[in-house]
Amino acid sequence: MARIMVITSGKGGVGKTTTSAALAMGLAQRGRRTVVIDFDVGLRNLDLIMGCERRVVYDFVNVINQEANLNQALIRDKRCDNLYVLPASQTRDKDALTKEGVGRVLEELSGGFDFIVCDSPAGIEHGATMAMYYADDAVVVTNPEVSSVRDSDRMLGILASKSRRAESNLEPIREFLLLTRYDAERVEKGEMLSVEDVQEILSLDLIGVIPESKSVLSASNSGIPVVLDRESIAGQAYADTVARYLGEDVPHRFLEVEKRGFLRRFFRG
Amino acid sequence: MTGNPSGASSDWSVAFELKAASFTLPIIRLLRADIEAVAVDLGKRVEQAPEFFHNTPVVIDLSGFPTDGGEVEFPLLVGLLRGYGMIPFGVRGGNKAQNTAAEAMELAILADHEPRASRSERHQDPAPANAAPSAPARSPKRSSTLSDEQPPAVTPSGNFTMVTRPVRSGQRVYAVGCDLSVIAPVSAGAELMADGNIHVYGPLRGRALAGMKGNTDARIFCQDLQAELVSIAGHYRVSENIPVELRGIPVQIFLEQKLLRIERI
Repeated sequence: MARIMVITSGKGGVGKTTTSAALAMGLAQRGRRTVVIDFDVGLRNLDLIMGCERRVVYDFVNVINQEANLNQALIRDKRCDNLYVLPASQTRDKDALTKEGVGRVLEELSGGFDFIVCDSPAGIEHGATMAMYYADDAVVVTNPEVSSVRDSDRMLGILASKSRRAESNLEPIREFLLLTRYDAERVEKGEMLSVEDVQEILSLDLIGVIPESKSVLSASNSGIPVVLDRESIAGQAYADTVARYLGEDVPHRFLEVEKRGFLRRFFRG
Repeated sequence: MTGNPSGASSDWSVAFELKAASFTLPIIRLLRADIEAVAVDLGKRVEQAPEFFHNTPVVIDLSGFPTDGGEVEFPLLVGLLRGYGMIPFGVRGGNKAQNTAAEAMELAILADHEPRASRSERHQDPAPANAAPSAPARSPKRSSTLSDEQPPAVTPSGNFTMVTRPVRSGQRVYAVGCDLSVIAPVSAGAELMADGNIHVYGPLRGRALAGMKGNTDARIFCQDLQAELVSIAGHYRVSENIPVELRGIPVQIFLEQKLLRIERI
């Protein structure tokens, strides 16, 4: 039985798709059979971030409508044999996702995979609720910024009440906080919420802090999940996050301003 | 192209908007045909609360008017009400002849049925409607704890409701007919409602409305007041009007002589 993980946030543009790609790749690299599903029907992006956009034939909606079977729609990642992508349809809208259809596809995937990563669309409407409905775990992606924090809070409320686990009175979804685009320098200047500020408001287990890094954008543009970039601090932070998700005790890094860098700059100048 | 930043609805070519609204108005229900007697009774009432009637639009209700009482003397009645500063503007519950007579006095004929049924059965309004100062708290006809997105850990136990998981933005918890205890944080944008008292053992950042059905003895107790709005039996205060020195500390909130008081505990 696969564990179903939803990557969600409420707010758009905080890094859900980047995170989905990075965590799915991270899990696969650690030998877990993983599939990542794009729930953003009509605004398909995950295939670009994963670098498989030129291999999309059938999509998630085709499988839901039984126009194609899973084997036809799943795209195997060229870099990692354990990783598959199920792309969204670009020509349909979110109403194509039905609770029964999504449930059936997840059920079918569940036999062959260890983890199913669901990349949720922004918002709290149908697409987002479909992405989280069957989840066992939720990673709530949040930027250190008040509106993002509030939207995450709203999403946590929905996770706690509108999921399958909530409706059938099962053990609640495990919720994790992932802070992205964290800029320690700006936090120190008081321009950005700190990890403590966000945790105080959301009272949630922190699974990772991804520092703001230029490598994220360049990785996205070249279709390489940033976790594959070992040089990048964002990539390293995602790798740490995956380790923590799998139960390893890894200390949080990149929360402080890099002092050495500052001194080096100082002496050079 | 120069776009109007405030959108089409406030375009210069639009002179007005047509909207519907409902108001609560006093109704003078006539029980006797004798205008003299009405004048005497009304005089006593107005003496007690002259301000209340001043410039107040009123509706004349004829449903209790005696059938053998003859004609309603609208000119006298309207004159009498105006004399006390009221603005009579319509009648309801009259028969055909009475309505014709009223129309002759330029009074509006209002629909007979009372709109209350549909109103109180409607889904619970957000707080400001309930929290309007001195407006009677609207009583929802729900008998169980209600919420848009109910946190799973709501346990109604005897005479209080307990919530043990964080109440998130957008969630509402209503303890019907009892107290509400929350042993977790209440986020900004969340709403707690109780007919009795509200206790919050965590930061209270959302809204808390105690005494929803008008119980003025209800209180709110919280360990860390950061609320957006607190209300007791419709008397409310928004965050802006909560003094800084009372924020972030344990307080109790109660009504004293119809004034909402926030006191450190």
